[in-house]
Amino acid sequence: MTRERAVTLTRIAWIAGFVLLLEAVCRLHLVNPLTLIPPSEMAATLWGLIASGEIAGDIARTFSTVAIAVVLAVAIGFTLGVAIHALPRVRQGLDPLLASYYSIPTFVFYPLFVAIFGLNSVPLIVLGMAFGVPAMILATLNGLDRVPRVLMRTARSYRLGRLSTLAHVVMPSALPYLLTGVKLALAYAFIGIIAGEFILADAGLGHAIAYAYDGFENRTMYALMLFVLVVVTGLNMTLHAWEGRVMRRRARA
Amino acid sequence: MSGSAALPATGPRGPWLLDGLVTVVVLLGLWQALHAYAGEAAIASPLAAFRHLSGLVATAGFWSHAGATLSAFAGALAISALLGIGLGLVLGLRRFAGEVAEPILAGLYSIPKVTLYPVILLVFGLGIGAKVAFGVIHGVIPITLFTLTAVKGINPVLIRTARAMRLGQAETIRTILAPAVLPEIVTGLRVGFSLTLLGVLVGEMFASQRGLGFLIVNGISLHNVQQTTAVILMLVIVAVAANGVLLWLDRRFIHRAA
Repeated sequence: MTRERAVTLTRIAWIAGFVLLLEAVCRLHLVNPLTLIPPSEMAATLWGLIASGEIAGDIARTFSTVAIAVVLAVAIGFTLGVAIHALPRVRQGLDPLLASYYSIPTFVFYPLFVAIFGLNSVPLIVLGMAFGVPAMILATLNGLDRVPRVLMRTARSYRLGRLSTLAHVVMPSALPYLLTGVKLALAYAFIGIIAGEFILADAGLGHAIAYAYDGFENRTMYALMLFVLVVVTGLNMTLHAWEGRVMRRRARA
Repeated sequence: MSGSAALPATGPRGPWLLDGLVTVVVLLGLWQALHAYAGEAAIASPLAAFRHLSGLVATAGFWSHAGATLSAFAGALAISALLGIGLGLVLGLRRFAGEVAEPILAGLYSIPKVTLYPVILLVFGLGIGAKVAFGVIHGVIPITLFTLTAVKGINPVLIRTARAMRLGQAETIRTILAPAVLPEIVTGLRVGFSLTLLGVLVGEMFASQRGLGFLIVNGISLHNVQQTTAVILMLVIVAVAANGVLLWLDRRFIHRAA
């Protein structure tokens, strides 16, 4: 326990030290203020932007797009995962595709998505799902593969039907792995959607950052970056902690 | 052709090849269907894309763009690999530092790094430097994490043997650690390869006048969908082929280690 605390404290100290270093480097004018602004000013500008409601529209746009992409990616990935798990021959056939899927730089498809679906949220949602769906499929397969055989035998000896076996035995046992899939789907949705907005979009946080960069509004740009990094890191860490708790409970059970 | 599919005794290689072939045919079918649905102005048909690509590779202009991407990618991959493996080895050997750094790296891995691109442009200016740097920030973290995990998971007997033989740290890394973690490093390089390529291409798509990423965006803004589709097709073929080679190496190494 003390070692764990020491690790955590050291980590916090490193991050705090890094932020302070940035602050010092900027305040002492060691870097051009046109290149980098101090973290304290980023935070102050961000506070102003939030308080004035200037970026509320972009925030709402990005977050609703991400939410739709995550829900769709989880639902589609889970359904496909269950279906593929039931069909071993299909699963074997999909092996070459899954093995090479993540080597494809998915972002290059984004301009095509825009040409196909128009310049709105749809191509962004598709891009956000492009990484999340296979991750969810793999997580579902992984979870279903690891249901202990004892549990399945117990279910059979209780003469549970297919659906109640699924609801009472398979799902609770696979839950931690499904959660891993959800976590990845969320992280990938943020990465895909903000990158898409950055390259080509009419609204959203990524677009706002690119727009501020083009207009030499460094304060706004850094404030928005800070916002994205803090919020996404916070969400990822929350899910990660939840995942760890569920995983430990499964191990104890 | 169909005869070999009916033979059951071709080993694991036969069905794998067949499955790959079926997958490609299905994907081409989906592509054609998407083309029929979305129309000529949105996505070129597979045949048109292949034809355009074969015309494109005959032009010198295309190769100057491909060369720009390739040199940025090669530089970024080399830096990512050296930095990632080095950092991974050091952090893996020093338990405490590794435990401190791992969640930070994992956190950095799952944030949208595209948002940092303007900073890199401000630091490196428009050009190859920014592209390389952007590729590196995508590729270095997975390589570090894979190496770190591999070193941490190494059989402690090997480490104790090294200590009993009084090997120095450099010698331990060279003679014990490197061979033991090689399979995982190959896996890490495979993932890093893909992400580095992604980083370089995204950089070219956002702010560049050269490179394949530029050609993709340029094709859309000039309503030259054939060019966009053809370049994407080529990138996918190259990425999948490179991944296949690395996967083959991966399996060979793991096979040899087992």
